[in-house]
Amino acid sequence: MSGRRANCPNCGAPVEFRWSSAVQAQCPYCRSILVRHDVDLERVGEYADLPESVSPLQIGSEGVYGGKAFQVVGRVVYEYEDGSWNEWHILFQNGESGWLSDAQAQYAVTRLADAGRPLPNARDLKPGFRLILGGREYVVSVKTEARYAGFEGELPFESWEKDRMLFVDLRTEGRAFATIDYSEEPPLFFAGEWVEFDELRLKNLREFEGW
Amino acid sequence: MAVRSLLCPNCGGNVELRGMQHTVTAVCVQCLAVLDTKTPSLQVLEKSKERERVQPLIPLGTRGKLHGDPYEAIGFQQRTITVEGVDYSWREYVLFNPYKGFRYLSEYDGHWNDIKVIHTVPVEGKSGGKPAMKALGETFRHFQTAKARTTFVSGEFPWRVRSTEKVTVSDYISPPRLLSREGNDGEVTWSLGEYMNGDDVWKAFQLPGRAPRAKGIFANQPSPYGGAAVNAWKAALVLMGVWLLILVWTWMLTGRNEAYRDRFVFHASSPGEHSLVTPVFELKGRTCNVEVALRTDLENDWAFFSMALINDDTGQAYDFGREVSYYFGRDSDGDWTEGGKNDSVLLPSVPAGRYYLRIEPEMDTSNTRLHSVNYEVIVRRDVPSFAFFFIALPLLLVPALFVTLRAGHFEGKRWQEGDA
Repeated sequence: MSGRRANCPNCGAPVEFRWSSAVQAQCPYCRSILVRHDVDLERVGEYADLPESVSPLQIGSEGVYGGKAFQVVGRVVYEYEDGSWNEWHILFQNGESGWLSDAQAQYAVTRLADAGRPLPNARDLKPGFRLILGGREYVVSVKTEARYAGFEGELPFESWEKDRMLFVDLRTEGRAFATIDYSEEPPLFFAGEWVEFDELRLKNLREFEGW
Repeated sequence: MAVRSLLCPNCGGNVELRGMQHTVTAVCVQCLAVLDTKTPSLQVLEKSKERERVQPLIPLGTRGKLHGDPYEAIGFQQRTITVEGVDYSWREYVLFNPYKGFRYLSEYDGHWNDIKVIHTVPVEGKSGGKPAMKALGETFRHFQTAKARTTFVSGEFPWRVRSTEKVTVSDYISPPRLLSREGNDGEVTWSLGEYMNGDDVWKAFQLPGRAPRAKGIFANQPSPYGGAAVNAWKAALVLMGVWLLILVWTWMLTGRNEAYRDRFVFHASSPGEHSLVTPVFELKGRTCNVEVALRTDLENDWAFFSMALINDDTGQAYDFGREVSYYFGRDSDGDWTEGGKNDSVLLPSVPAGRYYLRIEPEMDTSNTRLHSVNYEVIVRRDVPSFAFFFIALPLLLVPALFVTLRAGHFEGKRWQEGDA
């Protein structure tokens, strides 16, 4: 699959990709979950309804971060003890991708980053613990056990077979923020910062009746 | 999306969900059952007692405008701390906007704070020898730490309400801002509040009537004198600068020109007219002061000089009289002196022109002793007068000192409520 279009292996419907590097997507017609292997699309399962969510973002929302325009192309929903949060997969104009997370309308933008050293074992990280990753000092703020609750749009990885996962959130004395995703081996380090809703200059947002 | 609602499993009443899927805990307004919305069965966590019911000042469901955005009051709780056996309760409102998220308002004795959760980790430090926290480029001084418990809940919360649990709450202040740490050991939430007047809350939410009057002084209430004291000192500094400028200006501009000088002798016993008239002398330049100085050789005697500075052309006269007396001696306390041999008088605002002095000395005639005096008269034009400057200087500082005292008093009252 070289272009931005392919056909669903299940129903044959054309599947259009906003992002040519997408690894996981869904067929808009038969709701198949599609995973890309080299040139082929494989149907790995059936798309289930996402849990109800109140994020003001949606696939197709646009914004600006760090002076660069981005578009929301995918989303992963995680559930944890006290509710759920959204990781919106965003695609910048220059082809880079990142994540805009929305947890109770608290927003952060992160990107996959190099921690510069092997990430510590999750067992060793307790809230308040300090560590240096990627040249920056972080404080462990919270460990969240979450459950993968669904996705939509296009993702840079396969998420469909994941279930329980562990995230460790890291804070700093400033706006900088990072999270370690322990669902992969080795774990992934995402670094970025907290952002205010207004500074993202978001467009094509979901509308809430009465608001 | 219309307001979602649930059926209360305890009383069957309607429980509105204004916080959408963010709501974790919802309280039935009818029976006060506390419900866990994230459990399918809507588990009843606990139930407040009717007699504990507290009416929120901002009715739940009311929308207001804060920082330009609409927010809806969706939750309300009362929290209580006990200090030296006395309960202190404050109330918190959960405000929601689906785009901007959550804000909180707290109210204690009519004092309000507009609060938002922050994600930065403040750094411990010291301020004036007291524990402090640095966050967002600002230093916050420790004000109070106490164990808070939730004593009443109503409406919705984006977290799991556990009223039995005591939470350590620490407040740090940098008026008008308030930095609060909340949590036990591991998980800690930091929030930043800004003092808000009840009237502004009333305006933001368009509430009927008037906001309850604030009682006492609140931890992060901005001092009405804080900025004023700084401003008063700034003003004093500017005034002192002006003062110095005028002083130097006066010093440089004044000519101190001697216009006339002569010596005379007066014998009290001499017969006839005692007055004399000096030759005409010229007072030049702009209208300014004139100093008339007397130097005498009086010893244990006095003399009175009736004088007039008279304009030779217009006849306008400046009349004045000076008594000069000088006594000295020795008694049980030692040597003493009283008065002085010399005297001078300053006549303000004398226009330029040709002038002369009329001098009429007078001395004691009752005594058998012969009274006489040698005296010198000196007329100087444009003499700097600095007495005024040195009277003015402390006056310039009075407002600043006053405001500083008031500010100190205010801070004293503020810290009475804080931890020692």
